[in-house]
Amino acid sequence: MKTEQKNGGFSGLVSRLSRQSVPSDDDSGRVAVAPRTVTAVAAETGYASKTLARFLDLLFARPAAVVLDLGPVIGSNITFLGERVGCKIHVEDLYADIDRHIQHDKLDQLPEFLSGRFSMPDSSVDAVLGWDVFDYLAPGAAAALASQLMRLLRPGGVFLGFFGARASDDPRYTKFVIEDETHLRFRFYPSACKRRWVLQNRDINIMFAGLEICETVLLKSGVREILFRKRILS
Amino acid sequence: MNEEMASIGKSIVINGELSGSEDLTIEGRVDGKIELRDHVLTVGTNGRIKAQVSAKAIVVLGSVTGNLNATEKVDIKESGSVEGDIVAPRVAIADGSHFRGSIDMQKKDGAADKTHFNKPEAKSPKTEKTDKTDSVPVNGEFARV
Repeated sequence: MKTEQKNGGFSGLVSRLSRQSVPSDDDSGRVAVAPRTVTAVAAETGYASKTLARFLDLLFARPAAVVLDLGPVIGSNITFLGERVGCKIHVEDLYADIDRHIQHDKLDQLPEFLSGRFSMPDSSVDAVLGWDVFDYLAPGAAAALASQLMRLLRPGGVFLGFFGARASDDPRYTKFVIEDETHLRFRFYPSACKRRWVLQNRDINIMFAGLEICETVLLKSGVREILFRKRILS
Repeated sequence: MNEEMASIGKSIVINGELSGSEDLTIEGRVDGKIELRDHVLTVGTNGRIKAQVSAKAIVVLGSVTGNLNATEKVDIKESGSVEGDIVAPRVAIADGSHFRGSIDMQKKDGAADKTHFNKPEAKSPKTEKTDKTDSVPVNGEFARV
């Protein structure tokens, strides 16, 4: 509500935007507003995430868990996971890697790069926070990353990913901030890459064939929050 | 009581082992190993470190490549950049800083204090109240709304 007061005449539009549950690419709310206004509103946006709650619940059950975070480093996430959940955290900012490949005009080399990106041994990670990175990866790169994540996860390990419903022309990424055990906040920051790739459910299932889906939440914007778990071989 | 803090100027380059028993600010370049067991190391905005660092607290405003081990806290400021593994009971990383590596905040006396962790089930009232939840949970498969 604070945001509405600050923006005066935009209150209706701001109110509509602030009700968005995820970083949507909904055209109806964005066309008439300067990007800075949208960013300011988005910076205040948060929502309840049931997959996050389940993710943390599963993580909590694993003592001294190792977490791989594929997003940019967020201080408060580190504090939350490290101090409150008691995890060891590996931060590997793949968004920066994508930007670097775009800037050097080497995007075609991204699949090969991702195949050798992680030095950790097989089955050494309990949980992966993948955020929405797959929305920015071409099919070849996405498959290479998925393969690596399945390699890294321990049996019973979990992977949380967000999959968008539509492409966007906005060159920006999203920082997801863990507010508490059940709530996420997000804010945007500029990027060299646009959200270009929309994975169909079938593609996701094929790509993560080594994992089973333990929770799916479909948000109103069409974003799918999916929690995968690596099968435990008997 | 106005004790001057030791510092290494930005034109100074040190190759080798650096140790001491007072707080230190580095604005120059150090390659090797730094050990300030009970004191604070500050890597200034001009500081460039390629070293294994041990100290009571480490504050990074410049650039560090190497592992950081602090008995109290590691603090990476907005202008700071760290590539390496951090072991410290408390770690603060400012928005806009660069970090690549792992962070281990496990306490020696038996890991993090999980008694303060509210398991997700316990937080349901907040989840119920919010009007921002526009989600449809579907276990195991997708659905349309």
